[in-house]
Amino acid sequence: MAGPTQSRFVSQLKRYYALYTGGFIGFVVLLSILEQMGVPNKMLGYIFLGVTVLLYAGIGILSRTSDVAEYYVAGRRVPAFFNGMAVGADWMSAASFIGLAGTLYLSGYDGLAFVLGWTGGFVLVALLLAPYLRKFGQFTIPDFLGARYGGSIPRSIGVFAAILCSFTYVIAQIYGVGLITSRFTGLDFGVGVFVGLGSILVCSFLGGMRAVTWTQVAQYVILILAYMIPVVWLSVKHTGNPIPQVAYGYVLEKVTAREQVLNDPSTPDGAREAEVRAIFKQREKTAEDKLKGLDAGGATYLAKEKEKLVKTVADLHAEHDTDPKLLEAANRAVAEFPTNAATARSRWRREAETDRDKSGPVMAHAEPFAGPDETTRDNKRKNFMALVLCLMVGTAALPHILMRFYTTTSVKEARHSVFWSLFFISLLYITAPALAVLAKYDVYTLLVGSSFSELPSWVSAWASVDKTLMSVTDINHDGIVQLAEVTIGGDLIVLATPEIAGLPYVITALVAAGGLAAALSTADGLMLTISNSLSHDVYYKMIDPHAPTGRRLFISKALLLGVAVFAAYITSLKPGHILFLVGAAFSLAASAFFPALALGIFWKRANKTGAILGMVGGLATCMFYMYITYPFFGVNAPLWWDINPISAGVFGMAVGFVGVIAGSLLTAAPDKETQDLVDHVRYPNLDDDFKSKVS
Amino acid sequence: MQLQERHKQYWQKNLRLTGVLLAIWFVVTFVLGWFARDLQSVTFLGFPLSFYMGAQGSLLIYVILVGYYAYRMDKLDREYGVQERDL
Repeated sequence: MAGPTQSRFVSQLKRYYALYTGGFIGFVVLLSILEQMGVPNKMLGYIFLGVTVLLYAGIGILSRTSDVAEYYVAGRRVPAFFNGMAVGADWMSAASFIGLAGTLYLSGYDGLAFVLGWTGGFVLVALLLAPYLRKFGQFTIPDFLGARYGGSIPRSIGVFAAILCSFTYVIAQIYGVGLITSRFTGLDFGVGVFVGLGSILVCSFLGGMRAVTWTQVAQYVILILAYMIPVVWLSVKHTGNPIPQVAYGYVLEKVTAREQVLNDPSTPDGAREAEVRAIFKQREKTAEDKLKGLDAGGATYLAKEKEKLVKTVADLHAEHDTDPKLLEAANRAVAEFPTNAATARSRWRREAETDRDKSGPVMAHAEPFAGPDETTRDNKRKNFMALVLCLMVGTAALPHILMRFYTTTSVKEARHSVFWSLFFISLLYITAPALAVLAKYDVYTLLVGSSFSELPSWVSAWASVDKTLMSVTDINHDGIVQLAEVTIGGDLIVLATPEIAGLPYVITALVAAGGLAAALSTADGLMLTISNSLSHDVYYKMIDPHAPTGRRLFISKALLLGVAVFAAYITSLKPGHILFLVGAAFSLAASAFFPALALGIFWKRANKTGAILGMVGGLATCMFYMYITYPFFGVNAPLWWDINPISAGVFGMAVGFVGVIAGSLLTAAPDKETQDLVDHVRYPNLDDDFKSKVS
Repeated sequence: MQLQERHKQYWQKNLRLTGVLLAIWFVVTFVLGWFARDLQSVTFLGFPLSFYMGAQGSLLIYVILVGYYAYRMDKLDREYGVQERDL
């Protein structure tokens, strides 16, 4: 690519995307005028989601291609700035857009592990991987493993690991797509999944990486606008300062002061909180007693407890002036009574835990690793560090992100594009903690202390959508909302901010479109990674190296379709545990890829045996630890050094590094050709000897 | 491909730069994180310092680290004549 053509291309891109951004803002303004004219909310939601999805499809169709380099790496001419935006959209998933602020709201300082992990990882990408992978300049990450370590075994392990972590991650995205479409358009969850899937496919199917790149840039613009507008509005409302990132320190102080009041029983508000907490304490004790009874008596105890409930119903029937509500509640208690000891145990355990959470004092938002005693605090700190490490190294090992750095024009551009990526990503991650604090302030001051008869409208609106997202119950029957009586699900924070701030509905629709853009763009990148691994690495490199271009692309597209339908099918089964899926993807990627990739560049001595040992060992350790500790699998073995299953990657990485190093040292050094490849990768330009380098 | 002395120097300098930046990354993330409880009484721009670092300060430092690396390596490429053509 010659200089002048590329710079014309860049200025053209800038013009297009400036026009596009202006057009999008105009579209939002137009819709808000429509809203003022009385167009119903549901209609606005349809228009908003419909238009954005059609827009992505349009870009996908315009970018269709049948050229291999265009299909796999967007022709390697994506400018650093735009690749940065594309990485941003590729990177920020439904979990970042919708979940992160909620996690921060619920867990305060400890939630910052995600903020740190999901940004700091790009330092590793920039320093250890991106420029070298760009110089290598093939199509996939297994390509690098195959060339560096030789033979098809390292490549195959790479393919397996790439598909494993991308697939766990893509399920979480499609789930997010289904959730947003169903919630904002009223379509069924399953239908929502397939509608979302259709738009993912239109983008990647016709134009591969090229279409995905230009769609992701467009999606970044929408998602960042959608995230910023409500937060800026909220910030102006509370502080008069339109820059929330600067202003929320002041709000945080007020939140901290409010926490102290609510925790102090000598104040009127604190006394009411204490009253509610005492009730929860009592409920926790009841649940614990039942658990103890169950442990001692087993099925007999269960039967006795049920008998008691049945008797209550009979007694109520016997009285002639029974309150029908009371009777209904008693009947429900009998109907819902656990049928066996296992269900009873897990349900009562859950009840006891929820009640215990509610009976404790309000957690201080800004306090790191809060806990009642030194052991708990140390434990939290250790897990915080482990999680940060896993997320960071996982970031530097997820194939769909690393692949994006193949698409820049040069090594220099690759370095610059990591900078732009991190810049664009940080915009959102710096805003999320501000949003959490601002929303918390609203809940602590406006909702808490208000009267049950005059709840803000967003409370009842969301409570009617989903009880786990929002519920308020008058536990102590005083008619006033106490903090302990409010249950808020993390996902509510971002989705409901526009309503909390009292913004027009069109902003709510914008936020939904932003969430959809985040989920779709990540899903696009992941799907492409999976189908490319299969078509390029398995089919072209291992099965039929002489396959003509046309057939390679055909296979690739067919696989994409197959993967998409399979992923949608799995998602429609609602496997749940979304956060675990996302966390698992990071730990798996960190264990499988990072040691072999980084050592492959920085240590010439690393060889095939080492790579195989490290990758298999790392991956196996990580999967094994997840299997034995994650409650879902039911093994429930004791934790190693108290590390939570989500951070299984710390063990996987350690084994991975030891494996690569030990395996390499025990066997012969790699041949001259491989060592030359390492040199080739290390220098942006080794072949030309510029005599007149410095003037 | 035979490496020349200047190539080895280039790589050494790259390694040194990478090492220094990684050390800063490590201190900012893990050392400050480890002592977060001890830093919360310090106030910075109205925030407790540990919260500020986790929510904002570290991120700004990461952006600067990556930006500086890109800038410094461009210069190093040209100094040692290993830059790419067509720029």
